[in-house]
Amino acid sequence: MKNSYEVIFIVRQDASSSLVETIAASVTSVIKESGGDVTKTEFCGLRPFAYPIKKSKKGHYVLLNVICEGPVIFEIERQLRINENVLRHLSVRVETLDNNPSALMQNRHYRESVETDFAPQEATTETGGALEARRS
Amino acid sequence: MAEFVKRERESEDKRAESGFDSANNFRRQQFFRKRNCPFSGEHALEIDYKDARVLSKFISERGKIIPSRVTSVCVKKQRELAQAIKRARFLALLPYVND
Repeated sequence: MKNSYEVIFIVRQDASSSLVETIAASVTSVIKESGGDVTKTEFCGLRPFAYPIKKSKKGHYVLLNVICEGPVIFEIERQLRINENVLRHLSVRVETLDNNPSALMQNRHYRESVETDFAPQEATTETGGALEARRS
Repeated sequence: MAEFVKRERESEDKRAESGFDSANNFRRQQFFRKRNCPFSGEHALEIDYKDARVLSKFISERGKIIPSRVTSVCVKKQRELAQAIKRARFLALLPYVND
């Protein structure tokens, strides 16, 4: 039986956006090969964390809307755990998948105004620069 | 929403009318005022663990989940809300502690 899942993972902030896309693509290919489907892939960009994770302050959030069988999720999670560039991952089973842009996408700068007091780390990636530019 | 505001205003008017002329009356005014759950009924907010903006209204400055008796969220939705807040914390969208 196929179910709907939301898979979210956070990639290290110093990973390039092409690396983020590669990880997403590999997850997608695993799902496709096992007969599932990815209805939405959302790159939410570099977002600041509410607290530091492995000494990093920001991360690339990726959201996938997935329709597949349960065991496929285990395989995806196993691969995400192995990948060192992935800081966190979360898979949630949902009743209905929403294919509109998620809240993550909509208020992506929500926490940026909140000053955090852990050691500042310069955002060196291209996306970081782009975000800076858009904010100013 | 408009209806809610109207009802709210009516109850306030009533309170003004009755005033605090007797101790008995005063005690009666003190007990409960029915409020609506922000997640049920029409124009309800949606509980989404990805939506830090909505969830942050239901955590204290410290980052703790505010009890439903303060926010008037119904029991069912409070359970969903708590789950959503915990997921959001795991994803670093909300803090575990804010100090």
